[in-house]
Amino acid sequence: MKPKGRRPYFTIFGLAFAFWLGIEAQHRGYVNFARENPREIYRLLIQHLQLVFISGSIAVALGLGIGIVLTRGFMRRYREVTLSILGICQTVPSIAVIAIAMTYLGIGSKTAIFALVVYSLLPIIRNTVAGIFQLDPALVDAGQGMGMTPRQVLFKVEIPNAMYIILTGIRTAVVINVGTAAMSFLVGAGGLGDLIFTGIAMVDAGLMLAGAVPTACLAVLLNWGFERLENLLISPGIPRGE
Amino acid sequence: MIELDRVTKTYPGATQPAVESISLRVPEGEICVFIGPSGCGKTTLMRLINRLIPISSGSISVNGQNIMGLDPIELRRRIGYVIQQVGLFPHMTVRDNIGTVPKLLGWTKAKIDERVDELLTLVNLNPKSFRDRYPRQLSGGQAQRIGVARAMAANPPIMLMDEPFGAIDPINREVLQDEFLSIHAKLRKTVIFVTHDINEAIKMGQRIALLNEGRLVQTGLPDELLNRPANEFVKNFVGTDRVLKRLNLLKVKDAMMLNPVHCLDDDASEKVLEQMIRQDLAFLIVADRDHRLRGYVNRRDLRGHKGKVGDVAGRLTLTVSPERNLKEALSQMLSYDLGILVVVDEAGHIQGVLNSTTLFKLVGDTYDERGGHWERITAGGRIL
Repeated sequence: MKPKGRRPYFTIFGLAFAFWLGIEAQHRGYVNFARENPREIYRLLIQHLQLVFISGSIAVALGLGIGIVLTRGFMRRYREVTLSILGICQTVPSIAVIAIAMTYLGIGSKTAIFALVVYSLLPIIRNTVAGIFQLDPALVDAGQGMGMTPRQVLFKVEIPNAMYIILTGIRTAVVINVGTAAMSFLVGAGGLGDLIFTGIAMVDAGLMLAGAVPTACLAVLLNWGFERLENLLISPGIPRGE
Repeated sequence: MIELDRVTKTYPGATQPAVESISLRVPEGEICVFIGPSGCGKTTLMRLINRLIPISSGSISVNGQNIMGLDPIELRRRIGYVIQQVGLFPHMTVRDNIGTVPKLLGWTKAKIDERVDELLTLVNLNPKSFRDRYPRQLSGGQAQRIGVARAMAANPPIMLMDEPFGAIDPINREVLQDEFLSIHAKLRKTVIFVTHDINEAIKMGQRIALLNEGRLVQTGLPDELLNRPANEFVKNFVGTDRVLKRLNLLKVKDAMMLNPVHCLDDDASEKVLEQMIRQDLAFLIVADRDHRLRGYVNRRDLRGHKGKVGDVAGRLTLTVSPERNLKEALSQMLSYDLGILVVVDEAGHIQGVLNSTTLFKLVGDTYDERGGHWERITAGGRIL
């Protein structure tokens, strides 16, 4: 949390800066496209959101699942290997992942979603594993000793206490995903990347900004949304890493 | 009641069993301490009882039922479990932590809330200010009090405690030990208490099982371990000051002499002085007719005094309660250089006297020297 006293200045400064940017953009004619094609921007924004939402949901479900399985005792042997393979995969640039996916899945949103899922998996898995492993083993011991079933130990003890780290992983993944999703245009899946890449190709700053500004706003907004979610989902008893 | 019959545990891949052929019976309502050097298998042995570790051979029965015939989850819910690291769940309030097992058992919220307040009171924490706190807002001692309360939430007849007070500072440890003993005196649960601290074992245990390298070396009453160590290992483990440790075990009432020599406050001074000279007493306890302590007199006070003893009796402020242990009593005697302590109960009635000679004799077994002056003070009845 930022100190409360500084907030108004911060907001006022931010608003003034945005206002100035707006005037400047207006002056140079950058907002003309956006003013004339609000429906087009809206359509692409929804498409972008869909890509992020669908790939994000799949990645969260898969990532949490894999992460949890990796922390179970019987996976002890494969944990390190799996995590390092995933780490190596993550070093492949996103555009290469999209290209590779395209050679198998062809053109379309399926390819884009697949690539986005692959790309957001690692932070989620890694944080789930780390979140559960950093717990004091005494918690699990106490849970078991009191007669919790393995499932109860997982859902009532391990996950709630690892929630902060797990959610951080999901937030990172989703926010990165918003940016990466812009590349979906390259495999014909649409999204705000459509405007950005066309704008770049046509050296049309107005077109480019019409795609880039909503993309950036979306990322900031989602990040803020996740912060809110963290406050809701994480027990006040757990110290935050601040 | 817990019965172990030739219990053995060998971890996979280990050449030596961690616990080897241990047979032991812990009667209902008793605190049995498992003690031994680290790695002796005491914690393993304890964890075999609630099946956190599977047994290799032998059998364990709890209240007459073989644990292998019970569902481990059900079994554990009926056994309280306290560990050194406390293991309170950080994301839950104190209330939810204590209510964990009752909730697993499906109690109603109202019943759980009532039980939580009852337990907080039992462990000397104010329910109002503690039930909504989170574990990170508790001190170590408070956290372990909650840990004990949590283990007792569903009123299990049996409790397993693995070095429960081991991580607590020495002053608070004493307090928690005392509190637990008084709780135990009320609730009479069967307790397995693991520790590596011989002083704690002697204090907490009604029975002590001393383990070494996975084997049971000696079991018995604390006094037996101190007084009749089975071998060199036990002797070394309990320490060379074992005689002093026995002082912790014995209460003042076990060592005091009953019916000490005394006079009444309305006895005539002259007669009392005459008796004191005849019996060679330097001073004398003064009581009233209800046997309450009034003070003491010495010959000098009485010499030449005509009247009642009560008028010249000096006040005796240093007394000891019959329930204190001998270590505390001895420490009092040493710090005030007293050869004798009058034992007085809460109502002020004289129960007896404790003198250093008999105390040494009782503890040391071998100490045998004429008691001299104090001996006569403590032998029988009213002087007149």
